[in-house]
Amino acid sequence: MYQYSDFDAAFVASRNAQFRQQVERRIDGSLTEDEFRPLRLMNGLYLQLHAYMLRVAIPYGTLSSAQMRQLAYIAERFDKGYGHFTTRQNIQYNWPRLSDVPDILDALAEVQLHAIQTSGNTIRNVTADHFAGAAADEIADPRPVAELIRQWSTDHPEFQFLPRKFKIAVTGSPNDRAVTKAHDIGLRMVEQNGEPGFEVIVGGGLGRTPMIGKVIREFLPRAELLPYLEAIVSVWNLLGRRDNKYKARIKITVHEHGIDDIRARVEERFALLRTAFNGVDQQILAGIEAQFAAPDFRTAPTDAFDTAYAEDPVFRSWADTNLAPHRADGYAIVQVSLKAQGETPGDASADQMRLLADLAARYGHDELRISHEQNVILPHVHKSDLPAIHAELEAQRLATANIGLISDIIACPGMDYCALATARSIPIAQEIATRFDELKLEHDIGALKIKISGCINACGHHHVGHIGILGLDRAGVENYQITLGGDHTETAALGARTGRGFAADEVIPAIERLVYAYLDLRTDRSETFLETYRRLGADPFKAALYPEKQESRANAA
Amino acid sequence: MSRIFTPKVITANALIEGDVIYLAADDSWTRELTEAEVLTDEAHAQLRLLEAESRQAEVVGAYLADVKPSVTGPEPTHFREEFRRTGPSNYFHGKQAQR
Ligand code: HEM
Ligand code: SF4
Repeated sequence: MYQYSDFDAAFVASRNAQFRQQVERRIDGSLTEDEFRPLRLMNGLYLQLHAYMLRVAIPYGTLSSAQMRQLAYIAERFDKGYGHFTTRQNIQYNWPRLSDVPDILDALAEVQLHAIQTSGNTIRNVTADHFAGAAADEIADPRPVAELIRQWSTDHPEFQFLPRKFKIAVTGSPNDRAVTKAHDIGLRMVEQNGEPGFEVIVGGGLGRTPMIGKVIREFLPRAELLPYLEAIVSVWNLLGRRDNKYKARIKITVHEHGIDDIRARVEERFALLRTAFNGVDQQILAGIEAQFAAPDFRTAPTDAFDTAYAEDPVFRSWADTNLAPHRADGYAIVQVSLKAQGETPGDASADQMRLLADLAARYGHDELRISHEQNVILPHVHKSDLPAIHAELEAQRLATANIGLISDIIACPGMDYCALATARSIPIAQEIATRFDELKLEHDIGALKIKISGCINACGHHHVGHIGILGLDRAGVENYQITLGGDHTETAALGARTGRGFAADEVIPAIERLVYAYLDLRTDRSETFLETYRRLGADPFKAALYPEKQESRANAA
Repeated sequence: MSRIFTPKVITANALIEGDVIYLAADDSWTRELTEAEVLTDEAHAQLRLLEAESRQAEVVGAYLADVKPSVTGPEPTHFREEFRRTGPSNYFHGKQAQR
């Protein structure tokens, strides 16, 4: 894993010292809120409904056990004993006191973490495939490049006051687990004639105007990445609509100018910038890569796993659902669900975080990942250790076998925490998960992604959920709009609205009707919800959602 | 004819904790909506808001929120204000836990 250089450490320390003084000046009244707000946002500090919220970056989703332990310590010492992992590979603390935040930032710096550029109109935390460095289908580990981008983008003098926020995601696998097509820039590692490079996607995003990103460059040689990224961001920095924050994201710029026009401008700028990068970035990258060297995988028998798998049905179900193929023989990627039915998606208690840190240290080459699906990953586990790990996870309610299933729901904080929300999302997620657990249907239903946002900003990715749920305020009452057919992978698609929204107490029955319709309609168990939807279109699902319409039509006939 | 003015309270977040607070008639900040001063005159409400906003070393983001009077004091008219005076629904945290 990457270790801070002296430069990194000094930079974070000086930012923290500055912020400590800014907080002091705010508290003694010499800074107004208008003066202080941009300063706190630069350091990831929001004011939410009931309290401040501190958003800490987990760069490309990678944590060591020491870092995870420190996150647990902060949760206990300064918060209410838990943290919330988000779709952007951040952790959010929902209850810090303003006067404690400088100490929290210092505690984070001790383990090489910070909250810089987790907010504001800057290049945000770079996200990556959460299986990076472990996935069987990977071309190369995307994290060295993500770290390079982080170093380039952090405090980049030209990009501190962008028209709007800017999000970059990187994947090293053809199977896109990083939602690259819903980012301002998505990078997919590809090869051309044996040469490594990137497919560069631009102008994706969710929010009030959701867009699937467009390919701006089919093949960009690896060494030209930074000048090309700088060209894109600087072209947008000038063109972006600063007059209207709803039109300021690059997706609107690309939409208004057309991808061909943007491509031409980027290529022109790139031709200039390319010569300004004299290769230092590639030397730095080589240094970073050395720090991401794969761990020494061991060769050992997997008998312990095979026995448990054959004899213990609970273990077998967990293994079938929560493990993913690893590139090394005898190893597996363990996905630890933070979605025990009825719990808040993405929340982990300090005890849970500490257990995960211990497991990573003892069995997982000291590595942990946070997925954009709000789960925790132990990327490198030898199969023989899985039965022991499973038993320990069970003791902390972390062994829920539901990855990719209907209760593995992404949900944003919604109106339980977020000042921008128009409705709650967490209780809807809790109720759906609890209901299908009661029905004992979840494994029969199979792969199904439900994603919930508490307002049009779409932090819960609802547009790309197989079933998306958007919470709105309809005349002072929470109301939930359903979309169908979204897809967050390499075949990315935006869901389509089904019709009128549902009151809070109608949502769960509506989802149930949808799911029963799917179970009736699928050819067999191997056809997923999304495949059935694609085969048949929206009509049979709409009929299930709005049975009253069908009746009135039948009566009229 | 002037439009009927919906009664209001002044609410904000406390500077240090971020907790939801309300302006009381004696100019103190209270953590309970029921203890807030109910403003029934629009001009007076605007004046009180200006006063509240000027206390920037104590509070953040003061604004006027609609309420309906009741025997136990003002009650929220919108669910957002209901959550603000209660706390989140997923955990027993925030105001509900401090009562
Ligand atoms: C709680 C405080 C939060 C605030 C105030 C907030 C604010 C926003 C806003 C205003 C947007 C729309 C940006 C635009 O379209 O220009 C947005 C988008 C987004 N946020 Fe949040 N958000 C919050 C929490 C979260 C959380 C908890 C997550 C992850 C679970 C998250 C992930 C995202 C994502 C994925 C998008 C959409 C992608 C995009 O187009 O940028 N946010 N957020
Ligand atoms: S989608 Fe809306 S409610 Fe949910 S976290 Fe984002 S801004 Fe808040």
